[in-house]
Order: sequence, then C-alpha cells, then structure tokens
Amino acid sequence: MTQSILPNQFTEILAPNSETQIEIKNNAIRDFFQETLALTTRLFIQLKRRPSSLVAGVIQPFMWLILFGALFYQAPPSLFGNNLTYGQFLAPGIIIFTAFSGALNAGLPIMFDREFGFLNRLLVAPLASRFSIVAASTIYIISLSFIQTAVIITASAFIGAGLPRFGGLIAIALIVFLIVLGVTGLSLGFAFALPGHIELLAVIFVINLPLLFASTALAPLSFMAEWLQIIASLNPLTYAIEPIRYIYQNPHWNFVSIVMNTPWGNFNFVTVLSLLFIFDVVILLSIKPLLSRRFA
Amino acid sequence: MSDVITIKNLQKSYGDVKALKNISFSVKTGEIFGLLGPNGAGKTTTIRCLTTLAQPDSGEIFVGGISAITQPKQVRQKLGYVAQEVAIDKVLTGKELLKLQASLYHLPSFVAKKRIEQLLTLLGLEEYCDRQTGTYSGGIRKRLDLAAGLLHQPQVLVLDEPSVGLDIESRMIVWDFLRQLQQAGTTVLITSHYLEEIDALADRLAIIDQGEVIAEGSPSNLKDDLGGDRITLKIREFSSLEEAKTAQEKLSQLPFVENIIINQAQGNSLNLIVTPKSNPISKIEQTLTEINLPMFSITQSRPSLDDVYLAATGKNLIDAEIEASNRRDLKAEKKQAMK
Repeated sequence: MTQSILPNQFTEILAPNSETQIEIKNNAIRDFFQETLALTTRLFIQLKRRPSSLVAGVIQPFMWLILFGALFYQAPPSLFGNNLTYGQFLAPGIIIFTAFSGALNAGLPIMFDREFGFLNRLLVAPLASRFSIVAASTIYIISLSFIQTAVIITASAFIGAGLPRFGGLIAIALIVFLIVLGVTGLSLGFAFALPGHIELLAVIFVINLPLLFASTALAPLSFMAEWLQIIASLNPLTYAIEPIRYIYQNPHWNFVSIVMNTPWGNFNFVTVLSLLFIFDVVILLSIKPLLSRRFA
Repeated sequence: MSDVITIKNLQKSYGDVKALKNISFSVKTGEIFGLLGPNGAGKTTTIRCLTTLAQPDSGEIFVGGISAITQPKQVRQKLGYVAQEVAIDKVLTGKELLKLQASLYHLPSFVAKKRIEQLLTLLGLEEYCDRQTGTYSGGIRKRLDLAAGLLHQPQVLVLDEPSVGLDIESRMIVWDFLRQLQQAGTTVLITSHYLEEIDALADRLAIIDQGEVIAEGSPSNLKDDLGGDRITLKIREFSSLEEAKTAQEKLSQLPFVENIIINQAQGNSLNLIVTPKSNPISKIEQTLTEINLPMFSITQSRPSLDDVYLAATGKNLIDAEIEASNRRDLKAEKKQAMK
C-alpha cells in the first residue's frame, strides 16, 4: 500500500509538528468560525444524503394546516375576531409550532454523537470554544426552520390566509430566529445533561404537544380556562405566535403596535421581541455551566 | 531522552468504584509505550484522563511539560487520539471526515489538503476516500482513524486497543504503520490486553492491574528481572487440587526448583520457576513416577510478559480477564464513556 512513497517521505509525513515546523497561529475568532463552519457543513452533508427529515418536516406542518383548518372550518367567523376564518387564525400558530418542534429535536444528533462516541472526536480536539457545537446546530436548525416557514407561508397564502408584506416577512423571520435559538439551546442542554436518547425522546415528547396546547397556536386566550390563560401567557410560544398573527391581520403594523394582550397587561411589538430575546439569553446562560461541566 | 508524558499518582472514582487507585508512569520522547492489562484494569480511564475527556480526582498529567488538567486545550493540540471503537460518521466519506477533523484542529486549508492527500496515500486509502465510511471494513476504518489522528502532526499518538476487532492482516498493517510512525519521531502510546501486541511493539510498558501500575520497564528487562525458566506442568488434563498439592510438595524439594504456584483456574496445573539450563524435565518426570502420578503435559520456556503479570498478581492475564469481565458493569461503563 505504500509503494508510491519513498522512505524519506515517511519521515516528512509522519514526523511530529515540532520537527517540521508547520506554524499554526492562534486566532480564537478565526478558529471558532473555522470549526463552526466545518461542523455545520457536516450537518448539511447529512441532510443532503438523508433528506427524509426535511421532507417530513415540510409535509407535517402542511398536514397540521389542512387538518386543523378543517377541524374548525364551520366555526362562525366572528369567533376569532376581525371576521377571520380559522385557517387564517391558524397559520401563525403552525409557523411557530413547526419551528419550535424542529428546534426541540436539535439535541438528538448530539445525543447520538455522544452515544456513538463521535462527540469524543470533537472533545479531544483543541476547539477554540465548544460553543461552536451549539452554534453549528443552531445554524442548521434555523436554516431548516426558514425553509419550513417559507413553505407554510406560501401554503397559507393559497388557503386564504393572505401574505404579509416584505417588512412583515422580515419580522416573522426575526421572531422565528429568536424562538429557534432559545429552544435549540434548551434541547442541546438536555442532550448534554440526560443519560441517553431514550430519556431525551421522553422529554421532547412531554414538552412538545403540551406547549402547543398551552399556547395560542390553536385557540385564542379568550377561549381558555383562566388557569390555562395564565400558563399560555407565560409560554414563550405565545410570545412568538401573537406578533406574527398581528402582522398577518394588520398590514400597517409598527413597532409600538399592541400585539398581545395578557392577564398582566398589553405588550407592544418591541416589548415582545425583547422578552423573546431575554428568553434566549436566559436559556444560553443557564446551559453554559451545564456545557462547561461536561466540557471540563 | 526526555519524558513527553508524565503521569503521577492518578486517582479516579466513578461513584463507589475506584477505577484508578494509583497510576504513575512516564513515556519517553520517541518511544512506543504500552499500557498492558486485562479489560477493566483502568487503561481506558487513564487514557480518558490523558486525552482530557475525563477529569481525575487527584494526581498530575503532563504532556510536553504542560498540565492536561489546567491547560487542556494546549494538551489537545499535542495529542492525536485513536479511540478503541472507531467513531466515524457513516454518512460522510472518508475525505469529508478528514476535512472536518482538519478544521477541528484549525489547519489552514492548503495544509489540510496536502496532509489529507499524503496520509491517504501513505495509508493506502485513496480508492476508499470518496466512499461513505459506513461501507468500510473494520481495517479500513481503523486506517482512516489513524489518518485522522495524525492530520495535525501530534507529538504523541494515543491508541486505545488498536487491534481489537481487526483481522490479522489489518493488525499487521497497523503494527507496521506504528513502527514507521515511531521511526519518523512521533511518540506512540498504546493500550492493549494482548500480550503479543505489547511484546512486538513496545519499547517500554507499564502493567496495570485493578487501577494500579504493578510493573514498568522494557519487555526484556521485566522478563530478565523475573529470572529462571518457566515450566507449566499438568498432571492430568484436569487434576484434583489434592494431587497438585502432593506434586507441589515433592517437586519443591528438587534443587533446581525455585518456586511453584498451583494455577487453579487452569485445571490445577503447576507453574514452576526453575534455574535456567538445569535440564529439569526428565527429573520432574522421574519425581512424578516415584509418587505414582502421571504426566499429561509439560512445557518449558523463557519468562514471558504473561509471567511478569503472573508474578505480580498471582494470576495470568487471561484469567484476570475472565475474572474482570464478571466484575464489570458494562452498562455503567458505557454511560461513563458518553460523558
């Protein structure tokens, strides 16, 4: 197997770094980008060769939209305010729920990397920061969520939910980004803290649908029992759904429009975005010690 | 030669289990160093501490003078690690995996490209490198893992059980490669529970048993220190302990016999240490005839590494292995390895 290589080349190829003097300069920021890019590339190669998760991820919200839309199809339009059909009411809920579900599953590949020992390959490497693992997952999930969101927005437009203007679409992208960042962080935290994928799946299972039902994705606050109104008004999903719903219903929204009513007051667009941002910061800060402990 | 790895008084517990009681050894620059011991002796835990995957409870680890405990990132740069179970992403091709690895070690892309090509050629992987690694055989995977471990030209390549699960041909390829690597100046640290692997490769070794280093030195020194030739005697294929004891008592009176151990795990066979060149076999046979005992088999040899192990622990490596496998909680170890 080594016929094409001369003996003196062995030394050149196999000698340790100190003897061949290949200078590797340390630049933490450039290193962080390099490793994040490499890890992200890996996730996209996986997606390209195994596209089934993306296909399912596009089909599923589409089915939610059709099935839930049909479930309350005959409900009186006055019920959801502004003469909305249920389909129009539902679209923002499905956008956020889809992004949320995708982000909640972000920890699974990391968990499998742990179980198959691939994570050790990353942990023995001199990474500039092990947060590059988190960054790569986030970039990947956000890309997927944007594809899904685009499909849902297009499909919703066809079933009569209307299409927000360009500024509205940018705002929707920002909201999707904020909710995905926080929930991806949460999921990766679980992936490092829990003992195995069975436990992780159990946690995902327990969180996923209850958070959907305890939000305003499927029904407005006014439909709910009072205790559920309080829970739904604490649920980060509600804070992502309501501004998108407002954008859908009010083409002339602005940053101080009141987009959300809760038992403890009305919030404008900027406040809601700030609360989502705080949610992200709290999650990332709270998983940091967890990651550092694993990453000691 | 200076020491490239120094490990001092390493201790590590997992819950109530003391995986490492007291591990100390040092590896000299440019040598192949072997950690020998049965499965479950603490070899992998030692390697996990060295490669910064685990934090020891106490003790010191230095690689090239840098502490793996306080400056793990610098130490990671100096080490290449080839784990026991090759962890590759089955969906990636070999080349893609190497590119990923090169980026994790921050090689500039022109360096990475050259290193990848060189190592693919050197390890005979060109024809496989564009296929997904899920299609590789065990030997090819191991070679890919070797390439990955060497991309950044580490000072020390650490291999955990390099030939577990390999066929003989692949094992020989790996062994030859490790010798070439040493020739080029890279220090190699391997763990193994195969005596012949350590005997064939290692310049020096440490024997680990139940979380402690029980011997350290070169294979020939360790063997010579034992002195005497070894004789394994079986009275019957499976003798009774009583018969073995009778024979032990009688044989120990022979002038050239230095020591006799009854190995209960091997059908109560007798392990004798005898003065070299004493021509003992005929005299042993004669003695047995005198006390009306038969002889099933007898072999004489120079001391082996297994004898070194036997002398230090009172059992040979295979038996220690079986004993350890009964004691081990593989599920708990797997969990530990994931952390």
